[in-house]
Amino acid sequence: MLFYILRRVISAISVVIVTVVCSFLLFFAAPHDPAGVICGPKCTPERLKDITNSLNLDQPVVEQIGLYFKGIVVGRDYTAGGVTRHCDAPCLGYSYILGVPVTDLLARAVPVTLSIVIGGATIYLVFGVLIGTIAARVRGTTLDKATVGTSLVIGSVPYFIVALVIALYATFLPKSQYVSFFDNPIQWAGGLLAAWLCLGLTNSAQYTRYSRASMIEALGQDFARTARSKGISERRVVYRHGLRAAMTPVITIFGVDVAYQLVNTIFTERIFQLPGLGTRIINAFNQYDLPVLMGGVIVGATVLVVMNLVVDILYTVLDPRVRLG
Amino acid sequence: MSDTDPTTSVPQGGNMTDQSVRAPQTVTRIPRAHAEGEEAYLEVNDLHVQFPTADGKVQAVQGLSYSLPLRRTLAIVGESGSGKSVSSMAILGLHDRKSTWISGSIKVGGKEVVGMSEKDLMSYRGADAAMIFQDPQSSLHPFFTIGDQIMESYRAHHNVSKRVAKARAIDMLGRVGIPNPSRRVNQFPHEFSGGMRQRAMIAMALVNDPKLLIADEPTTALDVTVQAQILDLISDLQRDFGSAVVFITHDLGVVAEIADDILVMYGGNAVEHGPVDKILGAPLHPYSWGLLESIPAVSGTPGPLHPIPGSPPSLLAMPSGCAFHPRCEFRDRVGGDLCRTLKPELISRTADQGRTSRCHLKEPDRVFETEVLPRLP
Repeated sequence: MLFYILRRVISAISVVIVTVVCSFLLFFAAPHDPAGVICGPKCTPERLKDITNSLNLDQPVVEQIGLYFKGIVVGRDYTAGGVTRHCDAPCLGYSYILGVPVTDLLARAVPVTLSIVIGGATIYLVFGVLIGTIAARVRGTTLDKATVGTSLVIGSVPYFIVALVIALYATFLPKSQYVSFFDNPIQWAGGLLAAWLCLGLTNSAQYTRYSRASMIEALGQDFARTARSKGISERRVVYRHGLRAAMTPVITIFGVDVAYQLVNTIFTERIFQLPGLGTRIINAFNQYDLPVLMGGVIVGATVLVVMNLVVDILYTVLDPRVRLG
Repeated sequence: MSDTDPTTSVPQGGNMTDQSVRAPQTVTRIPRAHAEGEEAYLEVNDLHVQFPTADGKVQAVQGLSYSLPLRRTLAIVGESGSGKSVSSMAILGLHDRKSTWISGSIKVGGKEVVGMSEKDLMSYRGADAAMIFQDPQSSLHPFFTIGDQIMESYRAHHNVSKRVAKARAIDMLGRVGIPNPSRRVNQFPHEFSGGMRQRAMIAMALVNDPKLLIADEPTTALDVTVQAQILDLISDLQRDFGSAVVFITHDLGVVAEIADDILVMYGGNAVEHGPVDKILGAPLHPYSWGLLESIPAVSGTPGPLHPIPGSPPSLLAMPSGCAFHPRCEFRDRVGGDLCRTLKPELISRTADQGRTSRCHLKEPDRVFETEVLPRLP
């Protein structure tokens, strides 16, 4: 088990490294002029040269990548205009536009996104699975058909329309804002409620259908018939035997969805004006703020591989047959 | 109980107006395959089971009757779709209650199962009657330990602590011949071999000491070498527990090994019922004869197999008259159009009260020689 996890962690780290190198090359190849951006309109050739030098933009690209990784592992020094600033590890450089360390920017944005996704995911997982299970139990009835129909309608409406509708019409909800959970948990929850509802509502439709299909399959299995033949209640057959088997595929999808949402909450963040990762990355993209963009790529890639790892480990806990895989 | 005249018993439950789908009202006689005076533990009387499918309503069982006393084994034999499994599922009330239409009577230890409430079914299933299924791989829950699953079954009917239930589970695993049961009890089904899994299934079925055990092709999914062990185990446990066993199979070799009586089913109906040695030696129904003829002989002169021509009838469109007539090699021996127009009744043989069969053929023509004499115990 430990060996399995170790092997997976090593492969996860290599995926992130490859992603960073590829994005670095991609951004480097793009026609851009970071020194000019930093220098601004009143630029002198000396200052431009100084900036180019301090960012190592005159070095070969391989050396730049090397320096970038060195910054992540042990930190690095930047010398601009004769002043040297030390950037502690993990150093992702300074924002060209804002002049602050990228690490600080991301450290402020990540909790926002994390809060949105965790809250929303809790809502859609709980409601989706619950409604899906009930629909599977009353399969074929009007209630079941109504549930499937409703979930299809909600699932067919583009996500941003739902978000807009909530933002425009659900004015009775608390004002959308981000307050740290550790400062004030009630304001934290209140400020994120609209975003949670939006994420929860749109995705619960999909999870209702996943869970329903998975549950119908589980209840049609031989082991469900065995369970019934023992003389236990139908409720126990459904919620102990059925749900346990039905949840395994749903959890797999859930892990991937959460990872995807963590790096793709841009609509939610924009509409509800929350300063999360998506907002930060879009701004950086528009302003050619390469270091911030690179930081975003690293965080995104890490989140994806970590969530995949978590799902794989969770899978071994859920399904005893894949233990010590 | 078994001595009451079954012709007077009124089928219970369901509406009986749908007469057109059935043969002319048959006089059903309970076969006396067992010794007189032995009280039947399981009594099935005029059982009909229908359920809808995408293609139409299926009449899976059409007026099945039989009885079985304790300590005896009845083998129900037939091809796929003959109604053997469906009728046995009905004994445990395992069919879909909403869509399945059941009429007739199933009495287990005096309790009427047809029309039983969900609550009564819960306390009945597993305690009075239990079932072993065909494929132990898929019939055990893959995510719970063997011990968990046996304990759940025991605790459903006994108000005991987990510790007591676990001790019982270990005891049962030992009794079905699983070595090192106190370690095996904590293992998952995938850590068991096929034969061991089926042993665990048997332990689970017998944990509440049920007086009726239904085994639905319990050896079909197993290796041939393991099959014999499982059959021996079921026979041994039946002796210890004193239960009645309904053994569903299509393997006549298995029948010779384990059963006291045979019930041959075709197209949702019993076509022959009687003691195992008599039916295997000289069947009274052309279908039983065909089944025996199609077994390849291990000894004797090798030659081509003798399969039954045609294929089993669709339960959606049963042939008129005798359901077997389109495939029967002997229908020419029956005068007129009788086989095609009139469904034969299940009647006792004049010379042998212990046997019944459903065929229009008159007697000397009706006793078929079997070239293959299966091994008898």
